Amino acid sequence: MSSDSGRALDGVRVIDLSQIYAGPYATKLLADMGAEVIRVECAQRSGRGGALPPMKPGGAFGASFPDGDTGERSYNRFAYYNEVNRNKLAVTIDLSKPSGVDVFKKLVAISDIIVENFTPRVMANFGLDYEALRAENPRIIMVSISGYGRSGPCRDCAAYGESIEAMSGLSKLIAYPDGAPLKPGVAYADAAAGLHAAFAILAALRYRQHKGVGQHIDLSMRESLTSLLGEAIMDCSMNNRPPQPIGNGHPRIAPHGCYRTKGDDEWIAISITSDGEWNALRRAMGDPEWSRDSRFDTNEGRLAHRDEIDGLIQEWTANYDHIELADMLQSYNIRAGAVLDAAELARDPHLNERGFLEEAAHPEAGRHVMPGVSWRMSRTPGRIERPAPCFGEHNRYVFGELLGMSDAEIERLAREGVTAEAPLPYTEI
Amino acid sequence: MAEGALAGLLVLDLSQNISGPYCTKLLADYGATVIKIEKPIIGDDSRHAGPFPPPPNAIPHSPSAEGLGGFCRGESRIRPGGCSESGSGDHKDRPYRDTVNPANIDGLFLHLNTGKKSITLDIDDKVGRDIFKRLAKQADIVVENSKPGTMKKLGIDHAALSKLKSDIIMASISYFGQTGPCRDWSGCDLVAQAAGGLIHLTGEPGREPLKLPLSQAEYQAGLNAAVAVLCAVFHRDACGEGQHIDVSVQEAVASILEGAVSTYEYSGHVMQRIGPRHQQKCPSTIMSTADGYVHLQSGAYWDHFATLVEAPQLTEPPLNSILRYRHTDEVEAAIRPWVESHSTKEVFDACCDWRIPCGMVLGVEELEGDPQYEARSYFREIDHPEAGRLKYPGAPFKMSETPADINRAPLLGEHNDEIFIDMLGMSRDEIGGLKERNVI
Repeated sequence: MSSDSGRALDGVRVIDLSQIYAGPYATKLLADMGAEVIRVECAQRSGRGGALPPMKPGGAFGASFPDGDTGERSYNRFAYYNEVNRNKLAVTIDLSKPSGVDVFKKLVAISDIIVENFTPRVMANFGLDYEALRAENPRIIMVSISGYGRSGPCRDCAAYGESIEAMSGLSKLIAYPDGAPLKPGVAYADAAAGLHAAFAILAALRYRQHKGVGQHIDLSMRESLTSLLGEAIMDCSMNNRPPQPIGNGHPRIAPHGCYRTKGDDEWIAISITSDGEWNALRRAMGDPEWSRDSRFDTNEGRLAHRDEIDGLIQEWTANYDHIELADMLQSYNIRAGAVLDAAELARDPHLNERGFLEEAAHPEAGRHVMPGVSWRMSRTPGRIERPAPCFGEHNRYVFGELLGMSDAEIERLAREGVTAEAPLPYTEI
Repeated sequence: MAEGALAGLLVLDLSQNISGPYCTKLLADYGATVIKIEKPIIGDDSRHAGPFPPPPNAIPHSPSAEGLGGFCRGESRIRPGGCSESGSGDHKDRPYRDTVNPANIDGLFLHLNTGKKSITLDIDDKVGRDIFKRLAKQADIVVENSKPGTMKKLGIDHAALSKLKSDIIMASISYFGQTGPCRDWSGCDLVAQAAGGLIHLTGEPGREPLKLPLSQAEYQAGLNAAVAVLCAVFHRDACGEGQHIDVSVQEAVASILEGAVSTYEYSGHVMQRIGPRHQQKCPSTIMSTADGYVHLQSGAYWDHFATLVEAPQLTEPPLNSILRYRHTDEVEAAIRPWVESHSTKEVFDACCDWRIPCGMVLGVEELEGDPQYEARSYFREIDHPEAGRLKYPGAPFKMSETPADINRAPLLGEHNDEIFIDMLGMSRDEIGGLKERNVI
């Protein structure tokens, strides 16, 4: 690794109005690279799940808090929020109040980028649509992420990532060969949108460096996800052939799948793409009698008898630990990987040695490991430099230092309810 | 068409299959000049992955046709890294005829390589490598996705290229990254989804974990590379230095687990796969309708939702979301009769009217003609001299000043003359000689 030259996006300021995952994921990528990302939150919308009473709620819900305990200020202790918002700052501004809009516009005047993912009517209702913001700062770049985009008959339809995964054709293809559609195990449409949004922002930033003008980016989550399904779309376009779910199988390669190993719900993924790899797998298995069956000698034969082979391989894998088996198969140059869960990832030696796992020390949540920067850069590596912000933590810095407001003015914002002490109590998500 | 946002950037694309090409597709669609450097005769592996268009009935198949070059090499074409999942890839599926090179009409390739230029150049050959280095002197960015160590072995790793062009940016995509104990491991999309923690979370409890379809890990890596490259460009424009970017497909996947690792670190809770349901919300699941499936969730106002689905018993007493989650089976059972007695479209329309988030579970084949995509002109019809006029996925986002410009993918080696003669000043004789040796 060469010497460190600061951070790639030093000097870029981003206003982050976004909620849930798509927008915050985009701004996480920018913040990790050194952009100053200022989250604008309010008591009604903090992206922190609202204020929960001090309790140990238990179950999946309680799992989001350190040791299952919401603590005094649950909104500063929310695992998911604290992961995706590390390296960011947070202020509170209630945009439904005129003086909140005024402060926000002052912030726009000294910023480069605005990211929001409200439904399209919301910013206009605040009087903060792109035209209004451009009047404050003609160089501003604004990204509006919505489920369906800012035009068309569905523009005002509510959507979460799962709605979009269904509407784009993805969910129907996540299925066992005999089964009903399922959802991806993560908010995949949000991640796809967030990554595309970050790319769009940086493209617009480069254009601005050369031409001096900002622009408005209209990102439909559905469209950005559809762009990742091009292969199936092209097949339809060419052959009018609807794709069929095939589980973990591959239409042209066998064996290709997940096989049960020793231990509870532990699995290994194996893909054999050539006769050479098949022979390597046979050697790894100790060349059992069944594997010498001439029906399995060619990929065509293995494809025709894939279910039979899968069953036989699984009888063998069931004797091994999934992580040890991956090591062993890789020593035969076989494409294999243990199916890792979150706990195994968190202590994965390879990811650790690469510096992917980083620790963040949060004043209210404690020290925890989390996935760090998504890629390595030789000169501007980026890192987790600060934990996720507490609610309103940077009001004084942003209002006072950046905007030059006096203490009296900042106090007035509090009196008028533009800033807030805490999110409203949790009701519904 | 206005100038693209990335106009003026010159990208050399040594990558193939899916991850690298999706990265450079984004760069090309938004204005960069991308020169794809392909193996002579064969080209990018994704030219042979399928899907292919149906063979024209009028023209008899001729397996020995000229111009197919190294295409018919049986198993060796089934290569690592983003093998296509659609397309049968059967020989009978391929349009063998004299005038069309199947390598030019592969659907996956056509999608992933819009707007790029293609040259053929063997960088395993010393002369080919020298030509590549001459191009690198003019380039801003190099993208590659070979096994770690390959570029160094060829003497064209970032350190070597920096000597030719001091501020060059290079992105290397590999399954497990350029460092660490697993860097030399073999991978594929399935293995990366497993090692990245995604498939453990996907599928039904008790059954095997399920991958996402159509090589999504590869796309995630390509997206990460594209974002990282533009970060590096920003830094270069500000400070004048290039750098090397190391993208691991495993890490690209492990980055989007939506807090699963943090949740484990905070509380010790290891998230498990739970079928179509959400980890923490209820109702949020896929349900059967009278004629298909919808994804349904309750949105901001529980009483609205309960009224819509004709389940007033769910509001007396009021059920907050923690209680609903605890009684997921009962809540879903109360909703199901209404959902099952309506069509998918009826459920979706009613939810839209009530501003309740809902998604129809559509097949990819149902997207074309969908009024929302149509109103926004998402799909693009693009002409191609050998594949004909086809509908392609459009731009993933709309830019007000610099909209995407999506042009057809190149034929194999289509831009050899433009790049070797016009750009590098080579002679036709020189090119002829190199062609005979299969260097070009």
